[in-house]
Amino acid sequence: MSATADTSDARAGLSLALPALMLFIGVVVIPLAMTVMLSFHDWGQYKGIEPVFILKNWMEIVDDPYYLEMFWRTFRVALLATLITAVFGVPEAYILNRMQGPWKGLFLLVIIGPLLISVVARTLGWALLFGGNNGLANKLLMTSGLIDSPVRFMFTETGMIIALAHAMMPFMVLAVWTALQRLDPQVENAALSLGAGSLTVVRRIVLPQIMPGVLSGAIIVFSLSASAFATPAIIGGRRLKVAATLAYDEFLNTLNWPLGAAVAVLLLIALVLIVVGSNALIERRYQEMFR
Amino acid sequence: MSFLELDRVGKSFGPNTAVEEFSLTVTKGEFISFLGPSGCGKTTTLQMIAGFLDPSHGTIRLEGKDLVAVPPAKRGLGIVFQSYALFPHMTAAENVAFGLEMRNVARSEREERVRAALTLVGLAGYEDRHPRRMSGGQQQRVALARALVIRPSVLLLDEPLSNLDARLREDMQIELRQIQRNLGTTTILVTHDQIEAMSLSDRIVVMSKGRIEQIGTPQQVYEQPASAFVAQFLGKTNEFAAQVDRTAGQARLLAGSWSAPAPAGLSGPVTLSVRPERISFGDAGLAGRIASRIFQGNHWLFQCDTECGPAIVIRQNDGQPQPEQGAAVHLSWQASDMSLRAARAAA
Repeated sequence: MSATADTSDARAGLSLALPALMLFIGVVVIPLAMTVMLSFHDWGQYKGIEPVFILKNWMEIVDDPYYLEMFWRTFRVALLATLITAVFGVPEAYILNRMQGPWKGLFLLVIIGPLLISVVARTLGWALLFGGNNGLANKLLMTSGLIDSPVRFMFTETGMIIALAHAMMPFMVLAVWTALQRLDPQVENAALSLGAGSLTVVRRIVLPQIMPGVLSGAIIVFSLSASAFATPAIIGGRRLKVAATLAYDEFLNTLNWPLGAAVAVLLLIALVLIVVGSNALIERRYQEMFR
Repeated sequence: MSFLELDRVGKSFGPNTAVEEFSLTVTKGEFISFLGPSGCGKTTTLQMIAGFLDPSHGTIRLEGKDLVAVPPAKRGLGIVFQSYALFPHMTAAENVAFGLEMRNVARSEREERVRAALTLVGLAGYEDRHPRRMSGGQQQRVALARALVIRPSVLLLDEPLSNLDARLREDMQIELRQIQRNLGTTTILVTHDQIEAMSLSDRIVVMSKGRIEQIGTPQQVYEQPASAFVAQFLGKTNEFAAQVDRTAGQARLLAGSWSAPAPAGLSGPVTLSVRPERISFGDAGLAGRIASRIFQGNHWLFQCDTECGPAIVIRQNDGQPQPEQGAAVHLSWQASDMSLRAARAAA
């Protein structure tokens, strides 16, 4: 009797999950599979896409150092943006967590505020500040005599990294803040009572405990930065391409869809490997703490 | 010679007074409990001794030196927190070693002392365990070892046993008392559990609403409560409205149809209190009826309706027949077992 109950339960569960499953298959699995297949098709200037199975696009990406440079830039930019968000975001979250009453809510809003503004608008804001001789900040710095020539921001990797770090900061702060909230506030007092100075408390007691939060924030920031499109497209323009803008150009400018698909699939695979790999490392490292 | 001295210490949070005029002198090696309901200011007082809160006024002196100016890291006190506050990313041994590291104790001595401290609390062999993999009782012991290993001048315990189950709590009480006796560490325990306070302490500070109600040995606060609050907070007590009549030749204490010779002092309306275990059923005394009786193993708990209101009576289960429910009884007690105080004007 219980066996029939079990099977009917299982059937009910399956039928309840079916709508979501169909949606997932329809909008994620099938388009993804089609993109993967597309990356093996042939393409020519005059013949368009030919549905054959060849490795031409993949060979091109592997052989041409142009693509290697682009992927290398993508991950370099993402990594540096992640580092910057960690360096600024962790203290920011720590201070936020120690704030009291209305200030806490106000500053939390300030921190997550950027998420409420379109990434395009935010990036254009950077362009207004530092774009060439007419950028507001550049004008100010030049008239005050602090610099002779405008700070080069647009179409530089530095500019891209700074703008990305700014855009991604809320994700880091929120991840670290969540970790901080799980801390027992008495733990800091315990360390103090045992003779630790406040710097030692942060370094030896607080940081190790919020490290999983910092690392999960880093994973989010890294994967979002590596696949970001709008910020690199506006700051980097056509000159300084990353994997996402490269795929976009192949699809919409060159119209070489198969090559664009190969770039997109490669970016996806690399990101999945990096995220899954670092997540496994984190779990192994902090397994003792969270058992 | 006073070792730790609190002189009219007070703490206010804005308009709210958490602790007022707290004065206490602790001698070296003494075990003191701050006992009171939650919100009575006992933890606030402990936090001021620890240095996590600054007193609004008053002074705290340790061995004659002003403690208020000393930051918590330099006070050298051992603290066991209610949540234990262990460092979850460190093993038991690393937790215990932390205070010694901060004191730059050499590695070999450090290892020796960590081992000794863990052995003292019965956790030898658990050095490499992380707190999350230990039971509540084991975490408690690590916290105790961590506080004791720095050889603190005063050990502060903030409700350390309240998260343990009843049986473990009793075991830990006995163990805590033994460890404290052996080491001779001056100890202050904050608790809301009167049994815990009585079984552990040399003296109890009973607190209510930020004020000290009474300071005394466990027997003193139980047998001679200084206020109605103390009488009611420590154990159960019966209170009857009574009258002292000095108009006749001999002063009498009257409660309903019951009367007894009145002690010297009070006159007019009084409150008579007597502990339930000091009442016996006899042929004479305050008349009443058994409303219910509950068997609790080693004793019986009776609820009686008397002419002066409800009363509870506890009788040892000594094999003698006990009155049934509904039986008419007389409640009697020794004159020395009751205490009288003037009834409040409103009553």
